[in-house]
Amino acid sequence: MSEILTTEKDNDTEDIVEAYTKQDYKFGFVTDIEMDTAPPGLSEEIIRFISMKKNEPEFLLEWRLNAFKHWQTMEEPEWSNVNYKTVDYQNIIYYAAPKKKQTLDSLDEVDPELIKTYEKLGIPLAEQKRLSGVAVDAVFDSVSVATTFKEKLEEMGIIFCSFSEAVTNHPDLIKKYLGTVVPYRDNFFASLNSAVFTDGSFCYIPKGVKCPMELSTYFRINTAGTGQFERTLIIADEDSEVSYLEGCTAPMRDENQLHAAVVELIAHKNAKIKYSTVQNWYPGDKDGNGGIYNFVTKRGRCEGNNSKISWTQVETGSAITWKYPSVILKGDNSIGEFYSVALTNNMQQADTGTKMVHMGKNTRSNIVSKGISAGKGQNSYRGLVKVLKNASNARNYTQCDSMLLGDRCGAHTFPYIDVGNTTSQVEHEASTSKIGEDQIFYCQQRGISAEDAVSMIVNGFCKEVFKELPMEFAVEAKKLLEVSLEGSVG
Amino acid sequence: MLEIKNLWARIEDKEILRGINLTINKGEVHAIMGPNGSGKSTLAQILAGRETYEVTEGSINFKGNDLLDMDPEIRAGEGIFMAFQYPVEIPGVSCTYFLKSALNGIRDHKGQPPLDAMEFLSTIREKMDILGIDQSLINRAVNEGFSGGEKKRNEIFQMQVLNPDLAILDETDSGLDIDALKVVASGVTQFKNPEKSVIVVTHYQRLLDYITPDFIHVLYNGKIVKSGGKELAHKLEDEGYDRIKNEADSLQSAEESTV
Repeated sequence: MSEILTTEKDNDTEDIVEAYTKQDYKFGFVTDIEMDTAPPGLSEEIIRFISMKKNEPEFLLEWRLNAFKHWQTMEEPEWSNVNYKTVDYQNIIYYAAPKKKQTLDSLDEVDPELIKTYEKLGIPLAEQKRLSGVAVDAVFDSVSVATTFKEKLEEMGIIFCSFSEAVTNHPDLIKKYLGTVVPYRDNFFASLNSAVFTDGSFCYIPKGVKCPMELSTYFRINTAGTGQFERTLIIADEDSEVSYLEGCTAPMRDENQLHAAVVELIAHKNAKIKYSTVQNWYPGDKDGNGGIYNFVTKRGRCEGNNSKISWTQVETGSAITWKYPSVILKGDNSIGEFYSVALTNNMQQADTGTKMVHMGKNTRSNIVSKGISAGKGQNSYRGLVKVLKNASNARNYTQCDSMLLGDRCGAHTFPYIDVGNTTSQVEHEASTSKIGEDQIFYCQQRGISAEDAVSMIVNGFCKEVFKELPMEFAVEAKKLLEVSLEGSVG
Repeated sequence: MLEIKNLWARIEDKEILRGINLTINKGEVHAIMGPNGSGKSTLAQILAGRETYEVTEGSINFKGNDLLDMDPEIRAGEGIFMAFQYPVEIPGVSCTYFLKSALNGIRDHKGQPPLDAMEFLSTIREKMDILGIDQSLINRAVNEGFSGGEKKRNEIFQMQVLNPDLAILDETDSGLDIDALKVVASGVTQFKNPEKSVIVVTHYQRLLDYITPDFIHVLYNGKIVKSGGKELAHKLEDEGYDRIKNEADSLQSAEESTV
């Protein structure tokens, strides 16, 4: 699939390590990858060019152009509790053909510091090689593992492929579902994504099928890098079930500062979708230079009765995170869940939360948000619980806890509640705690180092969320918190 | 085991310890008593390595090494344990996980390999039986929602598992009913052997009915004003601290007037 477009990561391994050891970042964003075609800037011509390059059907080009027209009428939102330099949208390259990245012969050629970080995170050898650009040998060939999985999925009628492949092979499904949860008019970043998205994932689970394995981008061939404007669409047909994993706990570096992804989930009658994310992008240096802006629109719709959509996220990376995975509870008795851990250290800022829109009768939603701020990090929870008039007996429970490490960071909570009938119940609980000197001393007195004590206390604080993650992911997430908190104890 | 020489310590501008001298040998149980504010808890906290207090003078030698030079977790590794007066809650962290991390932290300090889950469970099971600790208790988060008695019992349980050389009980008896007190005391009695030393910090004599000390020291105004055998406890019980306070105060003013 030569048409798969991924923006290659700058694989300067030393930089990744420095991002984690909190040293100054010496080399800047070095782009040594030759970019192909498309000058910087956004115009109708560029969009036509992208669509042509990707051999897209007419309806998709039209949709992109409509999105672009609408985007031009919009203003960049300013309501969130984050500060950043404005992005020059005419200075972004919207189409870059992928070039093969340089492959190394063995892990010996990789910076030993990077290997240390990988080991701390417990990343398997084969994965270490893949991430650091070492040619993977036959025994550990992740591609062959992926192929085996893919065959098994095909037997069950599950479609799991890149978005571009889906456009080519299943245009009817794309046409039917694209933009039905996040319309191209939805918001500034979603409109931009709709106009210029490069690639992403597509997943369709047929009626009555329970996906036998966790679907992860890791097992999908041809998409090693994360695109700048990624688009994901997951459809669970009636009585089906799927668990989807996005991201990777390994440090992810990308020369693209702005990321504006869109994820749409659709759950039909009795279907269940569980979507788990671990986000660990480059957060910038300790003074707040560089780092990724992560402006994502994630939304699911419980279309059918008794359906369920569950978001679990662990956000530790990015300079700025602006993200509200939401659920529209349309079907009667449908359930929406949001479990979140967001950690900000140094100069990181996160404004994240969820929206639960209750439309159907007896719908239920559950929100558990854990924000951790260290260094000068700023962490905001922003959540909307909206119960429409016809959503009788709807219930929501929200628990929103913040933890502060040190006295230079901040935690903020912005809950919005809007209830349109009298039979519904909405509960909101919030707490803020400071990691206590007594807690750390108690651990130390028992023989546990201060650093281990902090990670133990923070992990304990996040337990309710971690238990929602698939097992291996949970183990990795714990380690990731440890690495991300390194150096936060005085 | 432990040798404290002329120890002075303060918190901010307030002098709390004013020249403590105390030697504790292997196998001995010492009780430190005294009225509120006399500095007895401060002494316990300084031994455990709490940084809130500033040591301005003096030395503490533990098994031949300078204790004041060590971080709290190193002291734990070297064999010091303190049962807290107010055990701290750690939400979301189970007692089992906490205790396993602690034990393996100490083992690591001693150059021993970590215990795996099975070895750890068999180690703690025996101690649980002794103290009547229920499985459901150790599955709960550390001290979270524990009753006063459960907290103190958990402290003694941890002490037994971590098996220190010097155990410091900081007002472990406060807030306990008589039954809980007996359980705690029997835990300490079982722990005692010729190789171990215990410091019992207490305001009341009642714990000493169950844990028999070899020596009793009375702390007042940051100094040990009286030392003696276990009979001293009963004397204090009968007379209260007032007599000792008065004696110490008149001694103090006599000293001052001769200057």
